[in-house]
Amino acid sequence: MRVKAQMAMVMNLDKCIGCHTCTVTCKQVWTNRPGTEYVYFNNVETKPGIGYPKRYEDQEQWHGGWTLDRKGRLQLRAGGRLRKLLSIFYNPDLPSIDDYGEPWTYDYQRLIDAPLGTENPTAHSISALSGRDMDMQWGGNWDDDLAGATEHAVRDPNLTNMEQHVQMEFEQAFMFYLPRICEHCLNPSCVASCPSGAMYKRDEDGIVLVDQDRCRGWRFCVSGCPYKKVYFNHRTGKAEKCTLCAPRIEVGQPTICSETCVGRLRYLGLILYDADKVLEAAASRDPHDLYEAQLSLMLDPDDPQVQAEATRQGISDDWLEAARRSPTYALAARHRVALPLHPEYRTMPMVWYIPPLSPVADIVHAAGYDEADPDKVFATIDALRIPIEYLANLFTAGDTEPVRRVLRKLAAIRATMRAEQLGLEPNEELASAVDTSPTELRDLYRLLAIAKYDERYVIPMTHAEDAGRLLAQHEQMFCSLDAQGGPGMGVTEPAGPGGHTFRADDGREHFNLLGWDGASTSPHLFPDPGAAEGGPS
Amino acid sequence: MTDADRDLLAPLVPGGEPVEQLLRKAQFFVPGRPSPDYREVHREGGRQAEEFWHERWRHDKVVRSTHGVNCTGSCSWKVYVKDGIITWETQQTDYPSVGPDSPEYEPRGCPRGASFSWYTYSPSRVRYPYVRAPLLEMWREARRRGEDPVTAWTGISRDPERSTRYKQFRGKGGFVRASWPEVVELVAAAHVATVRDYGPDRVVGFSPIPAMSQVSYSAGTRFLSMIGATILSFYDWYADLPPASPQVFGDQTDVPESGDWWNSSYLMLWGTNLPITRTPDAHFMTEARYRGQKVVVVSPDFSDHTKFADDWLPCAPGTDGALAMAMGHVVLTEFFRDRQVPYFTDYAKRFTDLPFLVTLREHDGGYLPDHFLTAADLEGDAATAEGAAHKTVVLDADGTPRVPNGSLGFRYTESGMGRWNLDLGEVDPLLTLYGTHDEAVTVDLTRFDLGETEGGSAVRRGVPVTRVGGRLVTTVFDLLMAQYAVPRAGLPGTWPKGYDDPQPYTPAWQEQITSVPAAAAARVAREFARNAELSHGRSMIAMGAGTNHWYHSDQIYRTFFTLLMLCGCEGVNGGGWAHYVGQEKVRPLTGFQNLAFGLDWQRPTRHMTGTSFFYLHTDQWRYERFGAGELASPLGHGRFGGRAFADCIVAAGRMGWTPSHPAFNRNPLDLADEAARAGRPASDHVVEELKAGRLRFADEDPDDPANFPRVLTIWRANLLGSSGKGMEYFMRHFLGIEDAVRAEETPEDVRPTEVTWREQAPRGKLDLVTTLDFRMTSTCTHADIVLPAATWYEKHDISTTDMHPFVHSFNPAIAPPWEAKTDFETFRLIGEAFSRLAAEHLGTRTDVVATPLMHDTPDEAALPGGNTLDWKHGDCEPVPGLTMPRLVTVERDYAAVAQKMAAVGPLLDTLGTTVKGVNVKPAVAVEFLARKNGRVRGGVGDGRPALTRDVHLAEALLALSGTTNGALAVQGWQDLERRTGVRLADLAEERAEDRITFADTQVQPRAVITSPEWSGSETGGRRYAPFVVNVERLKPWHTLTGRMQFYLDHEWMQEYGEALPVYRPPLNYLRFYGDQGVGDPGRPEITVRYLTPHSKWSIHSEYQDNLHMLRLFRGGPVIWMSPADAAKIEVRDNDWIEAFNRNGVVACRAVVSHRMPEGTVFMYHAKDRHLMTPRSEISGWHGGGDNSLTRLIIKPTHLIGGYAQLSWGFNYYGPTGNQRDEVTVIRRRSQEVQF
Repeated sequence: MRVKAQMAMVMNLDKCIGCHTCTVTCKQVWTNRPGTEYVYFNNVETKPGIGYPKRYEDQEQWHGGWTLDRKGRLQLRAGGRLRKLLSIFYNPDLPSIDDYGEPWTYDYQRLIDAPLGTENPTAHSISALSGRDMDMQWGGNWDDDLAGATEHAVRDPNLTNMEQHVQMEFEQAFMFYLPRICEHCLNPSCVASCPSGAMYKRDEDGIVLVDQDRCRGWRFCVSGCPYKKVYFNHRTGKAEKCTLCAPRIEVGQPTICSETCVGRLRYLGLILYDADKVLEAAASRDPHDLYEAQLSLMLDPDDPQVQAEATRQGISDDWLEAARRSPTYALAARHRVALPLHPEYRTMPMVWYIPPLSPVADIVHAAGYDEADPDKVFATIDALRIPIEYLANLFTAGDTEPVRRVLRKLAAIRATMRAEQLGLEPNEELASAVDTSPTELRDLYRLLAIAKYDERYVIPMTHAEDAGRLLAQHEQMFCSLDAQGGPGMGVTEPAGPGGHTFRADDGREHFNLLGWDGASTSPHLFPDPGAAEGGPS
Repeated sequence: MTDADRDLLAPLVPGGEPVEQLLRKAQFFVPGRPSPDYREVHREGGRQAEEFWHERWRHDKVVRSTHGVNCTGSCSWKVYVKDGIITWETQQTDYPSVGPDSPEYEPRGCPRGASFSWYTYSPSRVRYPYVRAPLLEMWREARRRGEDPVTAWTGISRDPERSTRYKQFRGKGGFVRASWPEVVELVAAAHVATVRDYGPDRVVGFSPIPAMSQVSYSAGTRFLSMIGATILSFYDWYADLPPASPQVFGDQTDVPESGDWWNSSYLMLWGTNLPITRTPDAHFMTEARYRGQKVVVVSPDFSDHTKFADDWLPCAPGTDGALAMAMGHVVLTEFFRDRQVPYFTDYAKRFTDLPFLVTLREHDGGYLPDHFLTAADLEGDAATAEGAAHKTVVLDADGTPRVPNGSLGFRYTESGMGRWNLDLGEVDPLLTLYGTHDEAVTVDLTRFDLGETEGGSAVRRGVPVTRVGGRLVTTVFDLLMAQYAVPRAGLPGTWPKGYDDPQPYTPAWQEQITSVPAAAAARVAREFARNAELSHGRSMIAMGAGTNHWYHSDQIYRTFFTLLMLCGCEGVNGGGWAHYVGQEKVRPLTGFQNLAFGLDWQRPTRHMTGTSFFYLHTDQWRYERFGAGELASPLGHGRFGGRAFADCIVAAGRMGWTPSHPAFNRNPLDLADEAARAGRPASDHVVEELKAGRLRFADEDPDDPANFPRVLTIWRANLLGSSGKGMEYFMRHFLGIEDAVRAEETPEDVRPTEVTWREQAPRGKLDLVTTLDFRMTSTCTHADIVLPAATWYEKHDISTTDMHPFVHSFNPAIAPPWEAKTDFETFRLIGEAFSRLAAEHLGTRTDVVATPLMHDTPDEAALPGGNTLDWKHGDCEPVPGLTMPRLVTVERDYAAVAQKMAAVGPLLDTLGTTVKGVNVKPAVAVEFLARKNGRVRGGVGDGRPALTRDVHLAEALLALSGTTNGALAVQGWQDLERRTGVRLADLAEERAEDRITFADTQVQPRAVITSPEWSGSETGGRRYAPFVVNVERLKPWHTLTGRMQFYLDHEWMQEYGEALPVYRPPLNYLRFYGDQGVGDPGRPEITVRYLTPHSKWSIHSEYQDNLHMLRLFRGGPVIWMSPADAAKIEVRDNDWIEAFNRNGVVACRAVVSHRMPEGTVFMYHAKDRHLMTPRSEISGWHGGGDNSLTRLIIKPTHLIGGYAQLSWGFNYYGPTGNQRDEVTVIRRRSQEVQF
């Protein structure tokens, strides 16, 4: 067991109001710079819709993420490193600026400088790239609120095979919002795709970053990420991506997108997982098993064995305590109401989503309503407008059962609490019908509804006194999950334990990547648990 | 390693390329120093690259501020500063806690606010004072010649050739920089010259929504008040005022804070899209759902809020009243007729006018509901008692007439002292006469779903009656049952046979109109009422622009209120109406009102209803096709026959119902001089002159140059680009430039009879338009002078809202950059320059101010019975303050204006402060201010507390208000205790020692104190809900009966058939204007309902030009339409289209979406013309903003005054600038556009 701590996020889509505040605050803080005009570390998409960039979810087209080869082995969908080398000057999987929409600005100055006699001075759009007059055709949120849905949303990859019962008609309209940041995956295909070794997953908290010094702008991370959450800065020629607000997380502050989320739908907290099992989980044969496989990686922070092992591996007590209090673990694992986004990409994403309820499809005949009983005010979840199949395509690789279970649990909370506050006859069976207890429903209610700041965000602070230990990671060539078939894939041969280090000319000890089997411990590749105390364990 | 792991391991490269070679290749990609064996690459850098992000995040300081835009958010923000530059903003999360069992008010903010800092350094930031070149050249020339500034101004503005020279270039570029002293002198000179030559009321100021930057608002209005200028209202003008609130509650608007949604167990969102328009608070709704709240959304489209609904009722636009009538029908049938709910019945008896008696008068073989029975109608002593004509009557359980406490007759009378309360004592009023009645008659009631005209038709239904004092009477409840068509056995008349019978007002009937299935309407009504029964009133309706921006919005709202009042929801936490559009709660109301309007130095102020002002002075009245009579009920006396809307404005002004400024066709300063010369009081002089016909009201001839508004100052506002309904008419008549109006002028037979029609309408009435702003809006581009304003991150101010119970502050993160100045500083400079020039040109003058009969004063009792008495038509004598405006003289020492602005005046000590009828003498607070702010030395303010800095004004606002000064709250409650005789002071006693200072608000948002300035209670930390004090403490509403009123017996209400709640459909413009298309062959057109909801990407026009917002959607103005409509005109998503009607044209892009219903289009409102506005194919001129398609139309009932709650108050009652009844034609345009 290799216990790792991952800072994970849960977003409750049932609370998302689609306001895009997260997008703007993130933009202002991080990508309000030349070269990043079109870059949204955080964006919000209307679903159904084709997203940003266009149809990024269609991996038949973009070849992002992982797939299994014929023997069931994990491989990058876009092909291995050789394929990359061959296509390094022409990457067919790279979205063009038209897929993002050319960024625009306006000739604002005209409003003030217009010479006398200018009829109705009005600022008009010009390209932010070329400065020339520009006719906008697409942008970061072009299809907000089903705008242009009859032309765009119909091409939503999640609607594949649902054409029969989802039509873009007023009577059937449904929508919800999907805020997205980098998934900070446990099995990140962007990292594995980088030919420069410039991407890495931080050992202490799992944040995936691009090393701006090392990035050479090959953009394989852009195409390798199935979520298209790595962007190319056309000014610096380097890739950039969501940092999970690392500078804030390190000091115990929530990410900008979380703290400024006025829907109060984001949660941040640690998830402990077994790094040894990531590849196995990611290689589950049946895509329907991927959600459970991903859950199975999570280690119960209340389990004394896990605690002991984590401590042994150098995870500090306050981090363990944070893991125990973690709202993301609670929502994803304990209550099982949060689901991963597109687990079929096999990257083991670490931003989880609670699927949304929706209005009933038929206000007159909705199942659950009783004409004669005005106290039965909620319809059954099978009467809702958002097709469960659609949600399943997003969150469970098409398996509707887990989605149905979550929605039923949300409905059970509502019914239970309504009965309680109005003094109605409580339905004793509700909790057990959704495989839980009244106590758990109440805990979940508190987490979802009351959602106080310090319960939404449980973020342990970095032990800066260990800076030296963290620096050791600079020396690693590939990422911390760099194993055969794994992110960096920097290894060709399995090797027996031992003999992985050597002392280089500068006198420092280095890890021999070529000799590492990707599974055994890897001194100096990961921060040494004992380094702070002054020596390898 | 497990077997599975081993399975996964495969050679990287098919064929097993040696790794060394791979690494050698990798050198190309990975610069660095390879180890000799190529097994490793040493590189510099690595995790220190993370330093880039650390550096990006690093900042020097964080400053608390907020956004003072016309938005009710009032969110506290953290503004980050790095190297002296504002970098970005994020929300504060430090609001005082709501308690352990509720979500908190954190964070509060929205994407628009989050993008604000873009403006600070944006290319459209106004950095310097600008004047349009021709004006500045003439000014400089005149000043170079040595002309005195005032003379220079008159020389330029009065000379037709010279004034045309600068006016014709308005909106056409040519700004040049000027210095602050130069431009301030110009502005001041224009003010002085206008006051001297035309009258102070020809100087006009417009600034809206003070709550969100109270100091900045007050800075300007304080100056304008001192000089006697006309200050325009905004709440009614914006159509955000819900006139039904004063009509029913006697209150401007009082609504629950958003945290109270949490307490509701049944929430209907009906015309307000909370995620878009109440973004920071929407979470309380989403979270309350987990507490078991049911959410029902009524909206014509599938929108952001519909997503959260359990049920979505897709109601056709503007027909909400029909749906609500049907719901009322269900509630009355099932919860009042078939079964009685004790909670509902008891509530109705105590807190509504339902048990009160209404007289019936004979009409056409039946009867009509007439006036409330009052004590004056009774026999014996009651009839002659003080205030009898304003004391309404109930029948006790035994059938005895009773005059319960609490009606208007108890409010201002000596004998009413201690009796203005809702304590019924032993009286148990009869709600209905049914069952005890021995007689039933038919009454004729209006219905508007059918009819030859907009005035509808009638239906005849029976009510049980009895006789009191010789008069035939019934109860309001029985009338309501008849109005809502709830059959009761044995009553005569036409009744529906059941819910399925499509007669008014059954569920089946509404289905034909609204398209909401009858069964769904009935079920929701039943659930709503049942929830209220179980929870004792915790059913809530959140409403807003979607249902309020209609011509007949008051009727729509009254049908909503019916549901709420019947179910006992008002005055209950978690229940009641929640009106969320434009509501602007200045929580420290008392301090604000007194300081903003200079009441500490002189009273009264010239307040004016914005809508009537703009209707007349932008000459929109000249483009009518029908008059007030068109809308009047056939059951009325026909009093509106042949009257134009402008006639109604004139009549209402003349009768003292509503303000009228500019007031007379003569300078009011000259009127005072004339009176002095004649040796008689000014008011006598004015009355005599009016009677003799030598003096006229200015609004009787708005096109007479003597009556033009001359000087307009706009701050904190985008009048032309945002709120200017009938934008193109503004262009034509106000400014005198090109426009896109296609409408023809009113045909002769429908022209006003009391307003002079001049063959040639004037163009360019305004001499000077000055705008203070920080961004170049089209109000700026059309102004003569633009002054650079400090942004909200560059000044001190305070902010409050309805949405939360906190007061918090603006603070400068940086100094105002370039030459920007705070509004406070700008008006200080203008005031000082004005005073200097005034010393020579004006001196001390006496001003005659005409003020209407005011709400919350004894004026409310001026006109018993709500009858119309028009002295002009010989109904009565003109008596100031009774049958015509009060005429008050005010001495104005014009040279001392600046000194007065800068000191707290003495009237606070002598007269105290009076707000909503509660008087307080804030002596201690004034003394505190003198110590806190320091004292003025010298001049007229010698020794008074200083108001020389913006923080002084903020401090004074807080110190003088009960909500922020506990001692004053207690005093106020004590004053009210004397009048009501009920215990109230304890509501504030727990915080009697608290005083929230400006410094407190800088530290953290502070929770306000329960004060008689408002009707709800925060006592003990509870959530604010309106009317809690009325319900829990039996304090009357400020209405005729003292209760919430279903019935409005004013004569004009009766003429309009609106004495009771009723469904009135949207105005049928097609009936009057026909097809407004251009009919080019081969160019298909459609005519559609044109709605202008609030934008997702802006707060009104603010942020709609902000790059961050623009990039988050389509980059410019759009019109949303359904695929079906788009197909009819061969439009695809993102095509350029033109929308046009008689009022103007809009050229923009189409958004095609199936979330839109067929036949209705949306254009987000306040699309300013300074961004992405191409030249129109149709007009040949630049298409305008959304208001290019709108035009004002007046609802005469909004002009009523002098009668209880239907008395005028600033932003309390007045015609609304409704705009949703409009239709537009749309066609595809050439895809080549020119800007």
